[in-house]
Amino acid sequence: MTDATLDAFIDASAALLGLTIEPAWRAPVRANLAVSLRMGALVLDFPLHDDAEPAPVFVA
Amino acid sequence: MTDIHWDSAAGIAASVAAGTITARAVIEATLGRIAERDGVLNAFTDVTWARALARADAIDAGAVSGPLAGVPFAVKNLFDVAELPTRAGSAINRERAPAERDSVLIERLERAGAVLVGALNMGEYAYDFTGENLHDGPSRNPHDTTRMTGGSSGGSGGAVAGGLVPLALGSDTNGSIRVPASLCGLFGLKPTFGRLPRSGSFPFVSSLDHLGPLARSVRDLALAYDAMQGHDVGDPACADRPADPVTPTLDSGLSGLRIARAGGYFRANQMPEATAAVDRIAAALDIRRDIELPEVARARAAAYLITTAEGAALHLKRLRSRAADFDPDVRDRLIAGAMIPAPMLIQAQKFRRWYRDAMLRLFEGVDAIIAPATPCSAPLLGQKTFVLDGVELPVRANMGIFTQPISFIGLPVVAVPVAGTMPIAVQIIAPPWREDIALRIARYLESTGAATAQRPADQE
Repeated sequence: MTDATLDAFIDASAALLGLTIEPAWRAPVRANLAVSLRMGALVLDFPLHDDAEPAPVFVA
Repeated sequence: MTDIHWDSAAGIAASVAAGTITARAVIEATLGRIAERDGVLNAFTDVTWARALARADAIDAGAVSGPLAGVPFAVKNLFDVAELPTRAGSAINRERAPAERDSVLIERLERAGAVLVGALNMGEYAYDFTGENLHDGPSRNPHDTTRMTGGSSGGSGGAVAGGLVPLALGSDTNGSIRVPASLCGLFGLKPTFGRLPRSGSFPFVSSLDHLGPLARSVRDLALAYDAMQGHDVGDPACADRPADPVTPTLDSGLSGLRIARAGGYFRANQMPEATAAVDRIAAALDIRRDIELPEVARARAAAYLITTAEGAALHLKRLRSRAADFDPDVRDRLIAGAMIPAPMLIQAQKFRRWYRDAMLRLFEGVDAIIAPATPCSAPLLGQKTFVLDGVELPVRANMGIFTQPISFIGLPVVAVPVAGTMPIAVQIIAPPWREDIALRIARYLESTGAATAQRPADQE
């Protein structure tokens, strides 16, 4: 994924989330997002059945 | 008399119970030690002098008794302490109103006779493995004050390893008890997820947050843990199950236990001292086989995603209004975390269930697993990167590569320290709700000398 693609995603997300990103923060935010998206791709790549249940703990 | 600053919690409690020392003398000596030594170690952010002395006097007057009577302890500053704002390592939170009451775990330790003497430095909002703090300065490693304590419970590690208190509480979302235990050379217990109530502590990642003790002996871990067990309605994730006291079985030895060493992922990405420490523990336990944990890298990735996304959700309002008041290292990761696509997060939670089931099957054939706690001993303060298997990586995110896949599914772990020029710990990992097994093994290792919380060389 290119920096330009990430920057476009960051700008759109920041606007929707109400976040302001100062120019000096851009590079580290982009670097962190790139790492997280790599982690996300690894997780999404794992084959799970449609009936797989998530595991957050919630007790009503 | 044993040097009180290096005595165990059990030893102090026995002396107070026997009347050979008063609780007030213990607490006065502790407060004096903190005043003398904490200027260097920077472990404490608050010292609760008045309440500690009042509590000590109540113990001496016979108003409070218990297995920890007279034992000083301190807590990471994300635990609520009555009359202090719960800063959680941040600048923003210290503007909060003071807490109205102590966290439940503080109340339970004090009910057992322990005496709170203060709150401890930590990485901002617990999103940290270094023990450095932009606002309060870094906590310093007692074994070499130019080095990190490890985080995020850095002050907890520094205070116990530096002989300021025999017992401290920390929190562990991805390794924040086990990493400082490793870098500071301490025993640390991260109980099963849901075992100890988090009521009255500032959260980070509700799916993954755990609380637990650090100490210089296994018995002290067990005493503190037993005093803290039990359900509390204030934490929806706290399991409603009876306490399982571990102190009675602590000296049962290894009889009947099948123990293996984690291979594959846990054999790579580490410095020689990490491998050597696991070798030493494996030899002491006569372990002859490696076991492969399934999909560990993916487990770490899923924990990483849940952490960054839930952390971002927790802090989103503050990121909107006060982003410049965060530690930049924390802020930039949280902003990125707010942008994680939802399917990734949902899949991470589904994968968590898959991984838990796979690990439970693995535990049908083994009672405990050993693995490194950290990839290296304490890095230098300010060190940003290290090289693992030829790849330069950020220290802050990667000190937890061996702890993160374990806490991901809430398995109980005892970190056991191996002595050296700089100490480093090994994880003893047990099945859910079997803290007793991990503590039994840790106690055996301590009794044989394979694991030991070494005293800093300049404090001999």
